[in-house]
Amino acid sequence: MSKRPAIRIIPCLDVTDGRVVKGVNFTNLVDAGDPVEMAKVYNSEGADEITFLDITASSGARETMVEVVSRCAAEVFIPLTVGGGVRSVEDVDRLLRAGADKVSVNTAAIIRPELINEISERFGSQVLVLSVDARRANTASGFEVTTHGGRESAGIDAMAWIEEGCRRGIGEVLLNSMDADGTRAGYDIEMISLARGYAKVPLIASGGAGALEDFDLAIKAGADALLAASVFHFGTFRIGAVKEYLRNRGHLIR
Amino acid sequence: MIAILDYGFGNIRSAQRAFARHGMNAEITADKERCIEADGLVIPGVGAFAACMDGLDKVGASGIIDARLMANRPTLGICVGMQVLFDTGVEHGITRTGLAQWPGTVARLQAEILPHMGWSEVQSAPHSTLFQGVEQERFYFVHSFGVQEWNMTTSESLKPAQVSWSEYGTPFVAAVENGPLSGTQFHPEKSGDAGATLIENWISTCR
Repeated sequence: MSKRPAIRIIPCLDVTDGRVVKGVNFTNLVDAGDPVEMAKVYNSEGADEITFLDITASSGARETMVEVVSRCAAEVFIPLTVGGGVRSVEDVDRLLRAGADKVSVNTAAIIRPELINEISERFGSQVLVLSVDARRANTASGFEVTTHGGRESAGIDAMAWIEEGCRRGIGEVLLNSMDADGTRAGYDIEMISLARGYAKVPLIASGGAGALEDFDLAIKAGADALLAASVFHFGTFRIGAVKEYLRNRGHLIR
Repeated sequence: MIAILDYGFGNIRSAQRAFARHGMNAEITADKERCIEADGLVIPGVGAFAACMDGLDKVGASGIIDARLMANRPTLGICVGMQVLFDTGVEHGITRTGLAQWPGTVARLQAEILPHMGWSEVQSAPHSTLFQGVEQERFYFVHSFGVQEWNMTTSESLKPAQVSWSEYGTPFVAAVENGPLSGTQFHPEKSGDAGATLIENWISTCR
């Protein structure tokens, strides 16, 4: 019996106003823009978790997201993480009640770090993912935290922020490389490797996946889970193919 | 009818939907009579052991479980809902008495990275009912605490409990099947097809 859980492959769906944003290549879908239909496809292909990222700015659309989460939880029986616009304990409560298993916080925790303590004290650290949008910069660790999709510096060191998050009670880190994001040139291996040393919780790597080898390298650098959006949306790789590749490389895969 | 015990903890909507997939009504309730009379009772649970116990005490869970055991009706604890079935929980220096149906202490797992989060293997008990057909599957775990020793003595007149194990840092109890009382440390309601089969296996004992 292995002493570690399997490496998790997590497709991420960007959702706005209850619809999947990025183009989708899947046929045989009743509604390719419906996040729940997409989640069902990913589930059947072997996804280990699903992540919805609500990229809607308006507050009115939050209710739409709650409804999407509720529908998804009724049909897809693997863990569901929801992020984007989570600002308060009440936001978390609403999403968990709708059927989310975890929520991710980003900007709101940068503005007010106590939010991390409040959420973990109320619901337990296992529900809380700290999403860190990081890029290379002239800080202590060589990486800084950014906001606004990587356009602005938050003025804090990324590794120090991960450490602080762990102290305050997060259950997981989602590390997004803003340098690698969208390039498909590979995950930022150096950043993952560094973060592994700072994070006392599981580490999800995100940003830059473009080739099968990229997943292998990120695991070797210390990632416990790999999140990707576009390579799955556009059908560059099917989840099953990624898992098969990684299994053949000797990794523990479900 | 399957009753999902509502005491303020756990992702109970997910549990309700997962248990309602198998041709049984699943009802979220804290009503004592409903919980005692139900064909099956599910005790969900996430978060802190002590907080869950406070909630369980308020709804009289101990009396409900005792009444069900006397009537030989199945009860299933999930995650912290299983942990509370043991004697004691020790979390963050707080020692709290559990529902004490099984001997043992729930303590922090010995691992560098916590929580133990993800799909792990289970060494299922040889005569397990729950794991029939899914003996080789992985299940979804999220927890930092667990029962790392099982030492329930059995007499000749009693059927021994079926204990299934998993490992993260150290071995820990992944599932217990003890007559009508069962528990899983993992989340069958979040474990995809394998979890659905396990739930179906449990429901078959409720009919």
